[in-house]
Amino acid sequence: MSDTQQHSVAFVRTEAIPEREPPYTASGPLKWMKDNLFATPFNGILTIVAVYLIYMILSSALPWMLNGIWTTSSLAECRTVLDGAVGACFSVLTERWNQLLFGFKYPSELYWRPGLAFMLLFVAIAPVLFFDLPRKLLIFTGLYPFIAYYLVWGGAIGVPLVALAGCVAGAVFYQSFVARNFALGFLGGVIAAFVTWYIGGLFIPDGANNTAWMRAVPSRDLGGFMLNMMLGVTCVSLSLPLGIALALGRQSSMPLIKVICVVFIEFIRGVPLITLLFVASVMLAYFFPPDSTVDLFLRVVIMITVFSAAYIAEVIRGGLAALPKGQYEGADSLGLDYAQATRLIILPQALKISIPGIVNVAVGLFKDTTLVSVISMFDLVGMIRGPILASTAWNGVYWELLGFAAVLFFVVCYGISQYSQWLERRLATDHR
Amino acid sequence: MAMTENMGTSPVEMKVSDEVAISIQGMNKWYGTFHVLRDIDLTVYEGERIVICGPSGSGKSTLIRCINALEEHQAGSITVDGTLLSSDLKNIDKIRSEVGMCFQHFNLFPHLTILENCTLAPIWVRKTPKKEAEETAMHFLTKVKIPDQANKYPGQLSGGQQQRVAIARSLCMKPRIMLFDEPTSALDPEMIKEVLDTMIALAEEGMTMLCVTHEMGFARQVANRVIFMDAGQIVEQNEPEEFFNNPKSDRTQLFLSQILGH
Repeated sequence: MSDTQQHSVAFVRTEAIPEREPPYTASGPLKWMKDNLFATPFNGILTIVAVYLIYMILSSALPWMLNGIWTTSSLAECRTVLDGAVGACFSVLTERWNQLLFGFKYPSELYWRPGLAFMLLFVAIAPVLFFDLPRKLLIFTGLYPFIAYYLVWGGAIGVPLVALAGCVAGAVFYQSFVARNFALGFLGGVIAAFVTWYIGGLFIPDGANNTAWMRAVPSRDLGGFMLNMMLGVTCVSLSLPLGIALALGRQSSMPLIKVICVVFIEFIRGVPLITLLFVASVMLAYFFPPDSTVDLFLRVVIMITVFSAAYIAEVIRGGLAALPKGQYEGADSLGLDYAQATRLIILPQALKISIPGIVNVAVGLFKDTTLVSVISMFDLVGMIRGPILASTAWNGVYWELLGFAAVLFFVVCYGISQYSQWLERRLATDHR
Repeated sequence: MAMTENMGTSPVEMKVSDEVAISIQGMNKWYGTFHVLRDIDLTVYEGERIVICGPSGSGKSTLIRCINALEEHQAGSITVDGTLLSSDLKNIDKIRSEVGMCFQHFNLFPHLTILENCTLAPIWVRKTPKKEAEETAMHFLTKVKIPDQANKYPGQLSGGQQQRVAIARSLCMKPRIMLFDEPTSALDPEMIKEVLDTMIALAEEGMTMLCVTHEMGFARQVANRVIFMDAGQIVEQNEPEEFFNNPKSDRTQLFLSQILGH
């Protein structure tokens, strides 16, 4: 303090204080541990208990996993190799790998077809998920359902081609008439699609499936995790647009549309999914024309889609309700019509608010696809509970199989959750 | 208070034509059983600048919101630019694209950039090519003195800037009439001036304007006519000088003494 004038009230610093090292307690691992692990005695106890629990779990799980056997062909053989030591019997996974992924009836020489469809799925969804990618890629996304159908089910190539032609006809009709009148464009488009399907159907000869270049695989032969993925992807991508339509319908000023949407949503939400699945497997046939053999896969897709669409509709309704009235008025005052205002102003904001809720439903839906095992479809859980655990070779292998199922589902669901968080950050424009 | 006298510009000269821009005849509106607007008769000529004032709840906002059909009226007729306002949606969208509106809370679209806010309606309603719409937008953003913010989002701008963007957004539709619904009421005092300056510049170019506002300095400087409303009726209308110096009705005198008396 020699260089400050000590005896006067006014103060002038004439020399800067040099930087000094902080005391060792102010940073570094010791400081971190004190702040985060042992801040109070209670925190310290919690830390010790938590560490002990982690130790307990790892000390029994790690040897079991690391000591796992991967190469035997039955549980008995596996036990012989282990010879009383603790160890997992992962050989059930390697031995039944194809069954876990594709079910037990899908022809093994055709595994490349669903495999290729799975690879192409990433190409197809990339432009939807990451909108910075070139928009031209969306053309492939539009074609993907037909390609995937042809790859997985095979059969006459006419079927996906006619389906595609119907969709194109509907879209073209809609595009050319929607400017004049929305109802005309929409209904006309639907009718155009059905007419094309009907006419196209006449051109596909009976028994075309038997002579097809790609061997036909019936739906009942699908199974394993492939079935879960197919149900999950199909139902999520169908239930999102349906949910949006229901949410908008519920807000409609037209009483009839509003009532239909409210009744639909409330009814579907009030019924357990398992009930709907039983309806799909047993009763839905009554709603279709007699003698029509509507595929079980299609019936299940309809039910799961309808179920999750009702939930998504309610989530989006929350997003719509959260928008200030001024957004509607701002859009109206500029002369945007209902379709434009909804598409450009209302939905982008409402959907952004609804992302966490929609992801919640999507993750739930994906896991709920395992419920189809109850109506004797052999999805991943169905395969485990049925053919694998019932076989004499692997009777009694629970942890390994169910743990494997858990890992597969976790990977997909965690991926969805991470994507949604990225999306929320990417779309955040209001508080930057 | 937030008066805007002595802005350095001379009072705008009157440029009133004989062309009728808006004609309202015997218009009545109810909210349920509550009679909000009673027998409103009002003719606005092209190029006229009208300030509507009155106590809150007097129906002034409702009146101008009826003009672009944000609110529905139940009796009487509103004709905007020769188009009779009916329940026909085509008519309503046509009128809305001719009539610009600025709101108290701006109502910008937070998920779009400033530039996208301004080009959205021209592109989708007027079918203007994107490039041309962007040029127009930049022209008007320059006019309201915020061209450098074009690629930001509304949430990054101050209230005054947002309101000026809202004005530019309306102008991009090249409207013949502008409606202002308390454009400065949600702003800090120091931002009021920048918005009023923009509105004065607009008035000087001869835009037909209807403003609901409590900015009496603005009314004195810009308006051709001041309308005083109370309890859903037009109580008094006059030229600003007469209106402020020599109000005829007791209700107007009371109102003016309350807002000018401190």
